[in-house]
Amino acid sequence: MRHDFLDRYSRLHSPIHRLPAVLKLAAALAVVLTVVLLPPSRVVLLGAVSASLLAIAWLSRIPWRFLVRRVILLEPFVLGAAMLALFQPGGWRLFLFLVAKCTLCLLGMVLLSNTTTFSDLLRLLKAARVPALLVTTLSLMYRYLFVLVDETQRMKRARLSRTFTPQRTWAWHTMATVVSQLFIRTSERAERIYAAMCARGWR
Amino acid sequence: MHIPDGFLDSKTAVATGLLAATGLGVALRQARLHLPPRRVPLLGLAAAFVFAAQMINFPVAGGTSGHLVGGVLAAVLLGPSAAAIVMSAVLIVQCLMFADGGISALGANIFNMGVVGTVGGWAIYYGVSRTVKGLFGCVLAATFAAWCSTVMAAIACAGELATSRTVGWWVALPAMAGIHMLIGLGEGLVTALVLAAIARARPELLQPDAATGPVRSCGVVVVYGVLIALGLALFASPFASSWPDGLDKTAEVLGFKQKAVGPIVPVPVRDYRIAGIHWSVLGTSIAGAAGTLVVFALAWSLARVLVPGAKADNETSPRQAP
Repeated sequence: MRHDFLDRYSRLHSPIHRLPAVLKLAAALAVVLTVVLLPPSRVVLLGAVSASLLAIAWLSRIPWRFLVRRVILLEPFVLGAAMLALFQPGGWRLFLFLVAKCTLCLLGMVLLSNTTTFSDLLRLLKAARVPALLVTTLSLMYRYLFVLVDETQRMKRARLSRTFTPQRTWAWHTMATVVSQLFIRTSERAERIYAAMCARGWR
Repeated sequence: MHIPDGFLDSKTAVATGLLAATGLGVALRQARLHLPPRRVPLLGLAAAFVFAAQMINFPVAGGTSGHLVGGVLAAVLLGPSAAAIVMSAVLIVQCLMFADGGISALGANIFNMGVVGTVGGWAIYYGVSRTVKGLFGCVLAATFAAWCSTVMAAIACAGELATSRTVGWWVALPAMAGIHMLIGLGEGLVTALVLAAIARARPELLQPDAATGPVRSCGVVVVYGVLIALGLALFASPFASSWPDGLDKTAEVLGFKQKAVGPIVPVPVRDYRIAGIHWSVLGTSIAGAAGTLVVFALAWSLARVLVPGAKADNETSPRQAP
């Protein structure tokens, strides 16, 4: 069971975690919008936003190493996309600006996802009149994400314990079979879940 | 291909948000009308499956690895509208829980991967598998559609980045399309292998009527078609012509141009054109067409390998008698 990377710190106890979810979502949106819409002449504001985000991170008692590692893990996507900006005249300033902005947005969203439980966010979506089918899909997805990730890891462990030398030529074939097995098990599980839901009075 | 926050300007973010909301709305309505209640839990489970499958790494040369995106796989297994919902759910969870893909770019990501990549990919799958029947046709069509969907989503993504003036057209398009033409080969191969493995183990799960049955209402096809065409016209038209870009034009016509927040960073894109642009367009188009033909041939031979005895199967229609 090594899937605690999913939303590990969203159930901590801290002043930030106790705030209502609406407030946190609104704050995260405000941070992202401010940073995204910021003209490059207002670099001071970027500093202000980053200072407040760091204060929130300190108040929320999420370990620093986790935050840094999570942001660094997501950084390749940002760097890859920002790299395209390097190919035009005067691109390096744009590159630095883009990377700084994106890192701040990432930090804001990582803080949101680790201070708010997903079910609270789903409740917000429901209150915002998002179609019920989408909310049901999202909540079922969140509920069974952990189960399926766990199942994937069990299949991986089973495969590793049976293959002594990984054959590179057949690696893709084996992986694809694992994915197909995962789908078959998923659809069987969906049938069982439907039967169980009906048995409990789901209409 | 997840666009992070900060790469799209406000007009692009709003336009893609509207396109994505319409596409997702049509898919949800379609599912509410036609999806049997038995399959409602499968939507959530399939979204979790796509998420878990994306975590399985396929080794590529040099210690790097890639993973499945799964839009076309989901569309083949569940049908286009359900697949659009599934992929949107995956993108929403990735954005809210993992900060993978920005929240201001959520609309763009859903439009690229959930609508263009999934529904557009399914349309190609539908077309090809109607002409080439049987399991062989199914694998061939899915492989080709998976490649096309990756490239189409990449082109839409490049168009959005260029429309936001973040990156110039002549940088964004070749880089994104070129890289994703390679990545798409992997996506096609994995999709084919997974479908062939499912067909071996549980052939009844490859639901022919969910994915390739007769399209029930023309309205949905029209709406999806108009959405994708609109997206391409807005974001990909500057590539094909030197007209003022579609969104600017629309903004001018609708009169909200003054209110729109200007480009975040003034990039000299408007006047940044390579000499001999017409040749470039022609050359790129020819290269793209040739690449597509090569991929189709590759998909054909892959399907031949994965579905042996395809000729004999063609006559007996393996879907009815697996």
